[in-house]
Amino acid sequence: MKNRSKDEPEEDDMDGPAPHVVAMIDQNLKLVYSDLVREELPDRFKDLLAVLKAQDADKGASS
Amino acid sequence: MSAADPREELLEHLPALRAFALSLTRNGATADDMVQDTVVKAWTNMDKFKVGTNMRAWLFTILRNTYYSSRRKLNREVSDPEGTFTASLSVKPDHDGRMNLTDFHKAFVTLPDEQREALILVGASGFSYEEAAEMCGAAVGTIKSRANRGRAKLAELLHLDGDSPLEMTDNATMAVVAGGGGVLR
Repeated sequence: MKNRSKDEPEEDDMDGPAPHVVAMIDQNLKLVYSDLVREELPDRFKDLLAVLKAQDADKGASS
Repeated sequence: MSAADPREELLEHLPALRAFALSLTRNGATADDMVQDTVVKAWTNMDKFKVGTNMRAWLFTILRNTYYSSRRKLNREVSDPEGTFTASLSVKPDHDGRMNLTDFHKAFVTLPDEQREALILVGASGFSYEEAAEMCGAAVGTIKSRANRGRAKLAELLHLDGDSPLEMTDNATMAVVAGGGGVLR
């Protein structure tokens, strides 16, 4: 079940910080990450999806 | 069409995908290019997506593979974990007993890619260690080890492992309070 990765022999070689420190770090990670998730999505991605969709429609029509 | 086209689902995952890209690349322009590559790859390989499985995990996997393969091509880390970021890190152990989110972020970006990745996947995005291991093509123990080493380094940089347990508890509380201001939902 455990497929050991080739380049990294390390396993459970350390337990990490104390549980309350882990909890605090993970709380802050979530805050940093959720700030990033809430950033407005640049228009280029909606445009890109529209272009991809249009290309598919063209392909569908021509074949 | 009988079933919903999974392509329709792409858009809703893009904010999370972009957040992951930003965390991984630490650079807005690079992150957006990675997201764009990932969207195109996902779109053109949508037949390989197993409907009913986790599309977000699938997209994250494509993105990280794209990132690491371009990093390999460049044959170097895009930025310097031990250099400028670390040099600019000026977290005082006890300026007023609290850690703010900016300090936290500064410390976070000094971690190696693999540790940031593990922490974002399991610490922030809510993937299980097993899911993260599958996404990263690594053993579960490897992901745990990366996450733990990342957390240990953050604790060290941010002086969260101080001598006094009382102070630690206070720091922990204050960090959450300081970080949580305005984003409570």
